[in-house]
Amino acid sequence: MTALLEAPSVRPPRLSPLNRRRLDNFRANRRGWWSLWIFLVLFVLTLGAEFIANDRPILVFYKGEVLAPAFVNYPEARFGGFLATTNYRQPFIAEEIAANGWAVWPPVRFSHGTVDGYAAFSGPNPPSWLMSHQTFCQRYPLGVEDPDCHWGNFHWLGTDDRGRDVLARLIHGFRISILFGLMLTVLSSVIGVVAGAVQGYFGGWTDLIFQRVIEIWTSVPALYLLLIISSVIAPSFWVLLGILLLFSWVTLVGIVRAEFLRARNFEYVTAARALGVPNHIIMWRHLLPNAMVATLTFMPFILSGSVATLTSLDFLGFGLPPGSPSLGELLAQGKNNLHAPWLGLTGFFTVAIMMTLLVFIGEAVRDAFDPRKTFA
Amino acid sequence: MTPPLLRVSDLSIRFGAVEAVRHVSFDIAPGETLALVGESGSGKSVTALSVLKLLPRNATIAGSIRYGGDDLLAVPEARLRAVRGNDIGMIFQEPMSSLNPVHTIGRQVGEVLAVHQGLRRTAARRRTLELLHAVGIHDPESRLADYPHQLSGGQRQRVMIAMALANGPKLLIADEPTTALDVTVQAQILALLKRLQQENGLAMLFITHDLSIVRRIADRVCVMTGGEIVETGPVETIFAAPWHDYTRHLLAAAPRGEPLVPAPDAAPVVEARDLKVWFPVRRGLLRRTVGHIRAVDGVDLTIRKGETLGVVGESGSGKSTLGYAIMRLIGSSGRIVVMGQDVQAGSWRGLRPLRRHMQIVFQDSFGSLSPRLSVGQIVEEGLWVHMPRLTAAERAGRVEAAMQEVGLDPAAAGRYPHEFSGGQRQRIAIARALVLEPDFLVLDEPTSALDVSIQAQVVDLLRDIQARRGLSYLFISHDLRVVRAIAHRLIVMRHGTVVEAGPTAAIFADPREDYTRQLIAAAFDLDAGPQGADGPPLPSGPQTE
Repeated sequence: MTALLEAPSVRPPRLSPLNRRRLDNFRANRRGWWSLWIFLVLFVLTLGAEFIANDRPILVFYKGEVLAPAFVNYPEARFGGFLATTNYRQPFIAEEIAANGWAVWPPVRFSHGTVDGYAAFSGPNPPSWLMSHQTFCQRYPLGVEDPDCHWGNFHWLGTDDRGRDVLARLIHGFRISILFGLMLTVLSSVIGVVAGAVQGYFGGWTDLIFQRVIEIWTSVPALYLLLIISSVIAPSFWVLLGILLLFSWVTLVGIVRAEFLRARNFEYVTAARALGVPNHIIMWRHLLPNAMVATLTFMPFILSGSVATLTSLDFLGFGLPPGSPSLGELLAQGKNNLHAPWLGLTGFFTVAIMMTLLVFIGEAVRDAFDPRKTFA
Repeated sequence: MTPPLLRVSDLSIRFGAVEAVRHVSFDIAPGETLALVGESGSGKSVTALSVLKLLPRNATIAGSIRYGGDDLLAVPEARLRAVRGNDIGMIFQEPMSSLNPVHTIGRQVGEVLAVHQGLRRTAARRRTLELLHAVGIHDPESRLADYPHQLSGGQRQRVMIAMALANGPKLLIADEPTTALDVTVQAQILALLKRLQQENGLAMLFITHDLSIVRRIADRVCVMTGGEIVETGPVETIFAAPWHDYTRHLLAAAPRGEPLVPAPDAAPVVEARDLKVWFPVRRGLLRRTVGHIRAVDGVDLTIRKGETLGVVGESGSGKSTLGYAIMRLIGSSGRIVVMGQDVQAGSWRGLRPLRRHMQIVFQDSFGSLSPRLSVGQIVEEGLWVHMPRLTAAERAGRVEAAMQEVGLDPAAAGRYPHEFSGGQRQRIAIARALVLEPDFLVLDEPTSALDVSIQAQVVDLLRDIQARRGLSYLFISHDLRVVRAIAHRLIVMRHGTVVEAGPTAAIFADPREDYTRQLIAAAFDLDAGPQGADGPPLPSGPQTE
C-alpha cells in the first residue's frame, strides 16, 4: 500500500506541489489515513506469521548450538529421534530440549495446519478462555498438572472441526489473502495498463480488434472455467493466480485506453513525435503519468475485489488446495458448524474488517486524486 | 450630466491570498462604450464577471457596484437574477463553449425569452427570428433547428449576441467577444455591435487586450495592469497622449521591424511540390469514401537557407496542416524534400535522423510542454534521441546553452512549465527545438497565444536566432502584423490552396487578390475592412426593442 501512495513521487527527488497536495488531501481524510495505518500494521504483523503462530520454536539452544527451527528443517535425529522432520510439540522432544538447553516459542504454539492432539473435545473447541482450567487440561497426560497445559497452548479463538487453531489459521489466512490480492492486483494492473496503453496510443485497427477481443473474452464465464479446471487439476496458489489473472486484467484496460486516446493528441505528445522520440518512450514518459491517476484510484478497489474473489472461491471449495489456511474455508466451516459460532463470527469479522479498511483506503485515495479537490 | 448607468467604486477582489483586482472604480453612462484594456492577468475579465456576481465561490469581493438604485454586491440573489439577462446582458470570448452543444439555437434563444419574459411557443419563435435577423444571421428560419457546431465561429457569436439582447438590456458586457474569431469576422462582429448599440442606445463594457479594437469601438478607455486601473480617459486622448508608462508600453508593443536580408541565391532547404493533405469523408454502413476534405490542396513552396516563409490565412485555411505535413506528423501526398531527403518516403524510424534538422514550435506553449517534466528534462529530451552518446555533463552543457540562447536563466532548468509565464514557456519550446541545432523550424502560430508586448519579444528573439544560425523558418500565423515583421516571402492560403505568393513587401504594398486585400484591410485598418469583407451587407433588421 505504501507503494501505491508514493508511486507518483518516484521521479523528481521532492514531491511535486500537486502530489504534495494529494498527500495532504489523503492525510486530511482521517478515516482513510487511520485505515491505512491499521491495515499496514496488520499486514506487517501477518507477514511475520511464522513468528506469531508456529508449531516450532523460533530459536532453540541445544547442546551448545543455536538452532532456528522456524526457518530450517532439522531432522529428528538431531534431537535423538529417527523421523525426517521434528515435531517440537511432542513431549519427548520438548523434554530433550529442556534438558540440554532452552527454546523460544512464538506466542501461539500452533501453525495453521497443526492438529492439537490434546484439545479438550473432539470437533470444534470453543475459545480456551471460555473453559475452566480443568476442562482445558482434561486431555493432557498429566491433566491440570501437565507442564504443557499453559497459555502458549491456548486456543484464543477456539479450534475448527479438525482441532486446528483458528487464530493461527486466521493469521496465515490473512497473509495469503492479502498477498494473493496484491499479486493479482499488481499483475493485472501491469497487463491492463500495457494493453490499454497500446490500444489507446495506436488507435485505429489495433484498437478496434483488441476491443472486440476483450468483449469476447469478458463474456467467457470465469467461474465455470474455474470449476472445470479445478475438476481436472487441484489448483495451487499459482495456478489459481494465473486463472484469475486471465480474466482480471481487463478491469483497467478501458480507463487506461481512454486516457491514452485523450492524451495522445496533446501537443506535447506531437512535440515529442516531432523530436523523433520512439513510441515506447513517449508512452512511458509522456502518457503513462496521465493514466496513473486513474490506475492508482482503482487499485485499492481491485485489491479488495481480488481478496473477495479468492475468499468466495475458497468458500465454495474451488480455491486454494485443501489444508491451506484461508478465510473462505473458515467461513465454510462456520456455515457447516452452526453450533460453533466462534468459527463463523471470526471469519465474518475478519473479512468484514479487512474489506472495510481496504474500501476506506480506496475512498481516501480516490478523493485525494479528485481534481476538483486537488485544485480547490 | 446624466447619472451613470453603472458605477463601480473601490472594487477589490481576492482569491485566497491572491489579490486579482485592487481598488478599481469606473462609471458607464447610458449609451456609452467603456473599454477595459489590459494584458492577460490584469484582472479585466474578473472585474467584468464581478458586475453580475458570476465569480467562483472562493472569491471575496469588497467595494460597491451600483446599478440603478441597487448595490449589486448587496442585493439578494432573486433581485440579481432579474438584473442578469434582463438589464445587463453578457457575451463571452468563446461562443462554442458558451452555447449548449446539445440544444438547437432556436431553443436556446427561446429559453431566454421564456425565462425572463414568459413568452409562449409561437411568440417566442417569432421574437427569436426577429433577434437572429437583427444580428445578421441569413435566413434565420432555416437556422433555428441548427446545433451550435453547425454554425461558424462568427455565426455562433452572433447567436450569443442575440441571446444577450433578447430582453432589451441597457448594458452589455462583452468579454473579449472577438478574440477567438478570424480578423475579417472580427470586423463584422464589431460593426454589428456598434450598429446594435446605436439602434438600441445600449451602454457597453468592452473587455479586450487588442488596442486596435479599442480605437474602433470605445468612447472611453480604462487601462488595467496588475489588478489596477492605471489610466482612464477618452479614447482619442489615450491614443494621442498616453501619460502612464504602461499605456505607452502597450501602444508601442506591436511587433515591428523588418526581416533580415537573406543571401539572394542560397540553397533551398525545404521544397514541396503539389503537396496535398486530403481527409476522406466516409459515409454509410460500409464506410465508403464519398469525398474528401481538401485541407491542403496542391501547395508548392521553396524555403532557402536563412529565409522565412510566412504562411497566412484564416482558421480552416489549412496553414497548420501544411506545417504538420512538412514535418510528416500527418500523411500527405505530393513531394516534400527537406535537405535533400524525401520526407514521405521510408519508415517513421528511418526519418529519425532527419528530425534533428527540422523542428516545430507550437502555438499553445502550455499544451506543448509536458506538465510533469522539468524544463531541463523537456529541453534535453531530443538529445537522448539524437545524440545518445553524450555524457550527462555534455548534455547539461547543451541544455544550458540553448536556454541562454532563448534568454532563459539556466538555473531554472529544475522548475516545471506551469511556473513560467506564457512568453517564457514559448521560449522553452524554442529552446527544445534549438538544442538539436536544426536547420529548419516550423513555427505554428508561435505568438498567437501571447500578449502583444510578449509577441514582439518573441519575434525579436526568432529574428536574432535566424541571424546567428542562418536558420530557415516556415512561419505560420493569422496575424499579418507579426508576419510582416519576420517573413521574407509570403503565401496566402484559403481553403487549402495558395491564393497569392510573393515577397512580403510586395504583397503588402500591392496585393493582387481580393482576399489578400480583405485580410490586410481587416488587420491594419479595421474601419476600412468590415463591410467589404462581409460579402452581402448586414441586413438592417427590425429594432430589437
